Amino acid sequence: MTGILDILGSVLERHGLVTAFAFVGLVVWISYLVSDRLTRGRVHGSAIAILIGLVLAGVGGVVTGGHRGLADIEVLAGVGLLGGAMIRDLAIVATAFGVDFAEIRRAGAGAVVSLVAGVLGSFAVGAGVAWVFGYTDPISMTTIGAGAATYIVGPVTGTAIGATSDVVALSIAAGLVKSMLVMTATPFVAGRIGLDNPRAAMVYGGLMGTTSGVAGGLAATDERLVPYGAMTATFYTGLGCLVGPSAVFVTIRALFGA
Amino acid sequence: MIYGVALLSGCLLAGAFLGDLLGDLIGVEANVGGVGIAMLLLILLSDRLRARGRLNPTSQRGIVFWSSIYIPVVVAMAAKQDVLSALQGGPAALLAGTLAVAVGFLLVPLISRIGRAGHAPDSGDEP
Repeated sequence: MTGILDILGSVLERHGLVTAFAFVGLVVWISYLVSDRLTRGRVHGSAIAILIGLVLAGVGGVVTGGHRGLADIEVLAGVGLLGGAMIRDLAIVATAFGVDFAEIRRAGAGAVVSLVAGVLGSFAVGAGVAWVFGYTDPISMTTIGAGAATYIVGPVTGTAIGATSDVVALSIAAGLVKSMLVMTATPFVAGRIGLDNPRAAMVYGGLMGTTSGVAGGLAATDERLVPYGAMTATFYTGLGCLVGPSAVFVTIRALFGA
Repeated sequence: MIYGVALLSGCLLAGAFLGDLLGDLIGVEANVGGVGIAMLLLILLSDRLRARGRLNPTSQRGIVFWSSIYIPVVVAMAAKQDVLSALQGGPAALLAGTLAVAVGFLLVPLISRIGRAGHAPDSGDEP
């Protein structure tokens, strides 16, 4: 005879995506309750939900030893599908519905400048930190700098210029730190950096570049800004992968090469 | 309702395709702005369809549903992050990631000014 728990587990597993909807709904409900009761609405409910999500992801990682957070727990595998790139992109694109095109055109120049400044700035910061920590060869500096751009630019650049695997891992870690920090810190600094209008959101998206970070950060700040930030952020990783192994690497090699 | 969802999906697929194509064209192993292109497509197409009365409220609800499911999707995304790898990267990864974010935040108000009437932008690097 199978136990009630086994049957329940099998039901949840078979309906992975449905389980994920129910589970995430519960997390969001609790988060808004906490936001209302404990912070009197001062901390946005979605900010708390994202924070709880990250904490649960950490718990999932500890429990299973895997790399996909809660999604590695079998009954919650659907969370991986719901939070995966496919559904995420569909939802992000949907947020553009009803956006004012004129607003985007007006912010165009700022958005382009922010992309260039964001990518190059991240490379500079990451390479500088790498140098301070003793990674003084151009390949490692460029790769860690690429990781400070996003956790996709890191490994793409590192692989292209032949970085060692520990340096590539370090660059991914830097990118992950950035993405999670953007998700959680944005609502707290938004007021101080003037992140309250579409133009600033597009600039912010171009400077940060991590699509998941920007998607989460803006959701926790002001949902209406999501499409503007997300739009510029999606060009960032491509730009980073373009200049990382080429222009940036050549420049760093010229400056720091033997 | 399915027309709305189909329009949305079509835009995403077209955007992803163009993004991959663009990546291939400039020789990068990455999708360049696929989601951004898809968003522009959706804005332009839905605008045009609505103006012609071709996108009725029921179809629009199909798109609005996905847009409003956005927060839960982002929460699920947070819940599948590789938190341990980020922490195990040690101080170098923590510092590189944190400083990159700090610099980004600092630049937001500066660059936001560009293009706004009355403010001459400082001539930075590329145009």
